[in-house]
Amino acid sequence: MTVNVRTALQIVAALIVAGLAAWLLPQYLELFTLINATVFVSMGLLALSLGLIWGFGGILCFGQTAFFGIGGYTYAVAAINFGDTTWAVPLALLVPTAVAAALGYLMFFGRISDVYMGVITLTTTLILFKFANSTAGDQWTIGTAPLGGFNGIPGTPPLNFPLDPSNQLAPEQVFVVAVLALGICYAVAKLILRTRFGRVAVAIKENELRAELLGYDVRLHKLGLFAIGGFMAGLAGILFANCVFVSPTMFSLSYAGQVIIWVLVGGIGTLVGPVIGCMLIQALTTYAGTLSAIDPNLLLGVLFMLAVVVVPKGLLPTATTILLRLMRRGEP
Amino acid sequence: MDYAVVVALQIVSGVATLVIVSLGLAVVFGMMRVINLAHGEFLMLGGYTAILASGQGVNLWIAILVLPPIAVGIIGAVVERVLIRRLYGRMIDTMLATWGLSLAFIGGVTMLFGNSVTGISAPLGSFEVGRFHVAGYDLFLVAASVAMSLAIWIVLKFTPAGLIARGTMQNAEMAAALGVPPDRVYALTFTAGAALSGLAGGLIAPVSGVLPTMGTAYIAKAFITVITGGAAMLTGTLVASGLLGSVLTIFTFLTTPVFGEVALLVVAIVLLRLLPRGITGRFLRRAL
Repeated sequence: MTVNVRTALQIVAALIVAGLAAWLLPQYLELFTLINATVFVSMGLLALSLGLIWGFGGILCFGQTAFFGIGGYTYAVAAINFGDTTWAVPLALLVPTAVAAALGYLMFFGRISDVYMGVITLTTTLILFKFANSTAGDQWTIGTAPLGGFNGIPGTPPLNFPLDPSNQLAPEQVFVVAVLALGICYAVAKLILRTRFGRVAVAIKENELRAELLGYDVRLHKLGLFAIGGFMAGLAGILFANCVFVSPTMFSLSYAGQVIIWVLVGGIGTLVGPVIGCMLIQALTTYAGTLSAIDPNLLLGVLFMLAVVVVPKGLLPTATTILLRLMRRGEP
Repeated sequence: MDYAVVVALQIVSGVATLVIVSLGLAVVFGMMRVINLAHGEFLMLGGYTAILASGQGVNLWIAILVLPPIAVGIIGAVVERVLIRRLYGRMIDTMLATWGLSLAFIGGVTMLFGNSVTGISAPLGSFEVGRFHVAGYDLFLVAASVAMSLAIWIVLKFTPAGLIARGTMQNAEMAAALGVPPDRVYALTFTAGAALSGLAGGLIAPVSGVLPTMGTAYIAKAFITVITGGAAMLTGTLVASGLLGSVLTIFTFLTTPVFGEVALLVVAIVLLRLLPRGITGRFLRRAL
C-alpha cells in the first residue's frame, strides 16, 4: 500500500467516523452529555493542533492554550460587538494565527533552542492568564463587550447561521459543527503533511541541520507550521466558547499542562493519538472530579510523570508496536 | 526627592525579589542543564513550611530562614532520586516530568491545606523617608539576595566542593575518571538548588502570602530571568534580574502589576531575538 493510498484511506475513515458521530450521537445522547461531548471535541481539536506542530514539526509549544484562549476571547468580543457571528468567526481565526506568526517570528528567526521555546510559550500563556484575570471592572470593555476579569464573558453568544443573527444554532447543531470541524482539521493536517511543505517540516524535525544544509529555510517552515497550529487552536477556542464560555481558565497552567499530557499519552508523531489521549484523559478527570476525594491536578500530575517515565512514546505507538508483534507471532 | 528615593528603593527591592526567586532555578539549570518546571512549587512548599512552622510557635526568623531550605532540600533529594535521575540527558523529558510533578504538588497541597491564602505578617516594621513609609522587610530582602549570591559565588569559586561541582558540570566523564562520582554530584547540586528555592519560598512568604498556586506567579518571571541571563549562571541571573526587575517595577509603577509583567515578557522576548544565547552568551562570557 503506497503512502498516498494509506493517507487517502485514513482521511476517508476519519471523515466517515466524524460524519457518523455527527449524525448518530445527537439522536441518542442526552443534551447535557452532548454539550460535554462538544467540550471534549473542542479539546480534541486543541490536542490535534499541538500533535501536529510538536509531533511533526518538533516545535515544543508549552503554551498552545494561548492561541486557544485568544481565539475564544476574540470570538466572544467580536460576536458581542457585531451582533452576528458570521464575521466574528473569521476574525477569531485570523487573530490567533497572526499572534502565532508574530511569536513564531521572534522565536524561530531568533533561532532559540527547543527548551527556551517551551519556556517562552508557557510564559506567554501564563501572562495572558494574569492579564485576562485582571480585566474586571468597567474600564475593561472592548466596544460593548466587558472582559469580566476572573468571571470571563458568561454571555458568549452561540454561533448563528451565516448572515442570519436571529437564527442561532442549537446545542445539537453546535456539536455537529464541532465534530465536522475536528474531522476536517484532521484531514487537512494529513494533507498538509503530504505536501512538499509538510514533508520538509518533518525533515526539519528529524534533523534540523541536515535540512538546512540541503537548502531548506528551516525558520520559514517552522513559522508556517506554528501558524497553522495557532489557527487550529483558535478554532478549538471558538468551539469551546460556544459550549462553555470564555474565561481566563482557557489560558491557565492546568489547561496548558493537560494539552501536553493528551499528546504525550496519545502518542507524539501521530495525529489520531492526541485526540484519543484527550478523550481518555478528559473522561478520567471528569470521573475523578465526581469522586472529589482526589484533586484532579494531583491525578493529572501523576499521570504526566508516569507517561514520561513509563510510556515515553505514548499509548497509540506502544499499542501499535505490541499489536504488530502479536500479529507477526500469529503468522507461521 | 523623597519620592525618587522611594521609587529607587522599590526598584532595588523588585530586583532583589527576582534574584531570590531565580537563584534556585539558575543553579539547577546552569549547573545541570535540567529545567525544573516544579521550581515554583518548591517555592510554594518553602512558603508553607514557613507558615506551618511559625504557626507552631517557632521563632519567625528560624521559620523563614532555616526550616524551609531544610524541608525543601529533603524533598528535592527525594525527587532527584525517584524522578530526575531516570531522565538525565533527556532535557525535554525532564521538563515534562517536572511539569507533572508541579501539577501533582499543587493538587496534593490543595488537598492537604485547601485552596486559600494564608500569610504571616512581615517583621521589621517600616521606616520613614520624608512623607513615605518603606517596609523594613524590603531592605532585608535586598540584603538576603546579596547574601545568597555571595554564598553561591564563594562556594563555587573557593571551596573544594564547588571546584568538584564545576568540574563535573564541564566534563562528567573526566571527573568520573578522576574518581568523582558524577551521580552524587548531580544529586547534591539538585538538592542545593531545591534548598535555595525553599529558602526563597520562606523569604517571600511574608510579602506574597501562601497558597497552593503561588508558584505559578513566580515561575514565569524566574524562567525568563534565568534564560535571559544565559550561560554564566550567577552573573547572568544577576544582570538579567537587574534589567528585567527594573522594567517590571517601573512599568508596575506607571501602569498596573499585570502590565509590568507583560513589559517584562516583551523585553525578554525581544532581547532573546537579539541575543539568542542570553546576555552572557554575548557579554561577560568568562564570568561564573
